[in-house]
Amino acid sequence: MADIQKLKSIANQVRRDIVRQTFYATCGHPGGSLGCTDLLTALYFEIMEHNPDFNMKAENEDVFFLSNGHISPLFYSILARSGYFPVEELATFRKLNSRLQGHPATHEGLPGVRIASGSLGQGLSVAIGMAYAKRLNNDPKMVYALTGDGELQEGQIWEAAMFAAHYKMDNLIVIVDWNGVQIDGSNEDVMSLGDLPAKWSAFGWRVMEMNGNDMTDVVITLEEAKKGRGKGKPTVILMKTEMGFGVDFMMGTHKWHGVAPNAEQTEKALTQLEETLGDFPAPNS
Amino acid sequence: MLSNYIQTDKKATRDGFGAGVYELGQSNPEVVTLCADLVGSLKIQKFIDEFPERFFQVGIAEANMMGIAAGLATAGKIPFTSTFANFSTGRVYDQIRQSIAYSHKNVKICASHAGLTLGEDGATHQILEDVGMMKMLPGMTVINPCDYNQTKEATIAIAKHHGPVYLRFGRPGWPVFMPEGSFEIGKGIQMNEGTDVSIVATGHMVWYAVEAARKLEESGVSVDLINIHTIKPLDEEIILNSVARTNCIVVAEEHQRLGGLGESIAGVLAKNNPTPMEFVAVNDTFGESGKPSDLLEKYGLSIADINSAAQRVIARK
Repeated sequence: MADIQKLKSIANQVRRDIVRQTFYATCGHPGGSLGCTDLLTALYFEIMEHNPDFNMKAENEDVFFLSNGHISPLFYSILARSGYFPVEELATFRKLNSRLQGHPATHEGLPGVRIASGSLGQGLSVAIGMAYAKRLNNDPKMVYALTGDGELQEGQIWEAAMFAAHYKMDNLIVIVDWNGVQIDGSNEDVMSLGDLPAKWSAFGWRVMEMNGNDMTDVVITLEEAKKGRGKGKPTVILMKTEMGFGVDFMMGTHKWHGVAPNAEQTEKALTQLEETLGDFPAPNS
Repeated sequence: MLSNYIQTDKKATRDGFGAGVYELGQSNPEVVTLCADLVGSLKIQKFIDEFPERFFQVGIAEANMMGIAAGLATAGKIPFTSTFANFSTGRVYDQIRQSIAYSHKNVKICASHAGLTLGEDGATHQILEDVGMMKMLPGMTVINPCDYNQTKEATIAIAKHHGPVYLRFGRPGWPVFMPEGSFEIGKGIQMNEGTDVSIVATGHMVWYAVEAARKLEESGVSVDLINIHTIKPLDEEIILNSVARTNCIVVAEEHQRLGGLGESIAGVLAKNNPTPMEFVAVNDTFGESGKPSDLLEKYGLSIADINSAAQRVIARK
């Protein structure tokens, strides 16, 4: 059984990393990053078998693709804390000559990143390509992909959803960050997603739901999702999260989607997040 | 020597792609093909029959096809996407830009029915901007072969080249005239040496350039004729050596002037050796329905157009 306390402790540090990266960069996307922290912590520190000695092809290891690339401060913290690159490098987030681009990229060779993302709607297709290659190679490992909920407004998502069901891609697990908000407001106001479970179900997917900010639920649901392997359907987990989770003044609003905290706000946020693994050193300037 | 280039057959360049990809199926187990509901048009049925597990029918969903290709390439496969040129570029430009070009994926974007010679389907499908779009992407190799033989050889060659490639070919039956074994990525082909005018052509227009050169030579004009299949990276040396001999140049292509091969060559010449130049290309307009040869004539891409462009540019020396 997973050590939930340990995972929560890691998630605390990751949330500190998110707040501090965006503060030092004076920009970035803390809200969605904080909301998805428990998921990525569970994936990288409990669920996935993966190798921080980075191999682009990901042979015989589980793979994760981040489609909603704007939550890069979360992705970078998770990769650094998993050993893909030095934690100190988090101080370079969004700065000139950094491997930690505003949105994840392979261009600078950052270990752990296999595809550029940022322009939304593309990651699910890429994940399908990797999952299909694993099928061709008789590789038993799984492929995971995370998308935003607003991202589901992109047509390519549904092209991919149709493909994955048609080809019975049961080595694919997609998680939707269902926080209900996007840049311009709530999904409901901007472009209603309608009955999301029914939509995925109608596309031929196995549909699960979980509370993405309850580590126990996250771990149990992901373990259960893996059991879909061999059953002929891709799995989607509709993950309820709260944007900004873990920092009280960032919750309950979409204001923190793409805004960095100032010094005072950062200090206030960090008092709510215990330093468990040691902060990365502050950048020089 | 012009006399080396004689029509031996008439076949579509897309058939050359189909034959090339079938050979790759036999020789390289990492090669996989994808198609967006145009298997018959892309001539890949033989590959599918023999290697069904390495073919992905994605349906009418080109954006998804590009993303899946990027994922397959990440895992070490060599994906060849196949659909019409219009749906291979403009429709999926952002997918190619982010998931393939910027991400350095080894994807081969194979595009048929490019240009006016698509014919009767009309301007919705006659893309004339694709070379421009694709050559602007950092790291993208752009190849526009001229006949069946060259297309088949290019198809096989790009599997050995690591990196994203745009391979552009066409629909109609077209003269087969290139000797086998003459294709090398990035290396232009000197088809004839001359001193009065350089004629550089790509794609279907190479055959028209050969025919134009024959007529010009008959009338006493010495033509330096170059076949440029690889538009990017451009063989600058062969161009510069040619204009050093002739001091003027005509570029012929089945594409918009803006963004095409002519524009690339103009940039090379402006920097290294400013030279009088004429463009035989579509001039900022869409095409229309019609027979390929009639369309080429109406839009200024006939053999006679190359001929008169040569006369004009010689007069400007």
